Amino acid sequence: MSGMSKIVKTISATILPFITIYGLYIIAHGHLTPGGGFQGGAIVASGFAMIVVAFGSIWTMEKIKEKHLSIIESLGAIGFIGLAFFGLLFGAKMFFANFLVKQDVIPFFNQIGQGLSNINTAGLLPLMNLAVGLKVIAGLFAIVLVMAYATSKIKEGTAK
Amino acid sequence: MAENILIDIIHIIIPILIVASSFVAVYLKDLIAAAIAVAAMSLLLSLEFFILQAPDVAIAEAGVGACLTTAILVIAIRATKRMEDEA
Repeated sequence: MSGMSKIVKTISATILPFITIYGLYIIAHGHLTPGGGFQGGAIVASGFAMIVVAFGSIWTMEKIKEKHLSIIESLGAIGFIGLAFFGLLFGAKMFFANFLVKQDVIPFFNQIGQGLSNINTAGLLPLMNLAVGLKVIAGLFAIVLVMAYATSKIKEGTAK
Repeated sequence: MAENILIDIIHIIIPILIVASSFVAVYLKDLIAAAIAVAAMSLLLSLEFFILQAPDVAIAEAGVGACLTTAILVIAIRATKRMEDEA
């Protein structure tokens, strides 16, 4: 796929930062408002899918490789299960223990985000939302990107 | 009281629009237009989820159903033919 017209490319590139910021907002406020890791990740991934449709998969594949996306996806999974295993060491000494809420493990952590609509009130949950969001962004974007790349090879007649 | 009547009317209208857009998606021969009809159906479905007070599901439906599915369908239609055969 070689991409769409110049109008579509310009509008997609203009609107992509707003979609990304909105998705990251959904992820960061996952414990306060509706939404969370999966929903915000799906929004960010649909913004990237719009870029793939507008600019073509070959151009996008030159910018970001599928291998890097799978590294990011694995980092999200490792972050989630690692934070769950850290609960065995600190706090209540349980699997999935929320050791960062009202604690003294990391002393300055309780002061971060106070006053900014009290976003830091859930301890470990925003970090887990961030890990799930990374995994969903990389996974869904890799699905769309690989499918677009494969179909562009079919269209050119060079598929094997 | 008037608000309840309005909500009831919306609850009747939106499922009718969902079914209508699904029939349009089946009826159309232009596959990109059919994909847009599926996206419209998914968007109306997410509006219905929001009215039924499930905003979490509504966000997921709007993100996955209306954006990613449409992108995947457009990519697949580009690799094949645009018009459906008259069989």
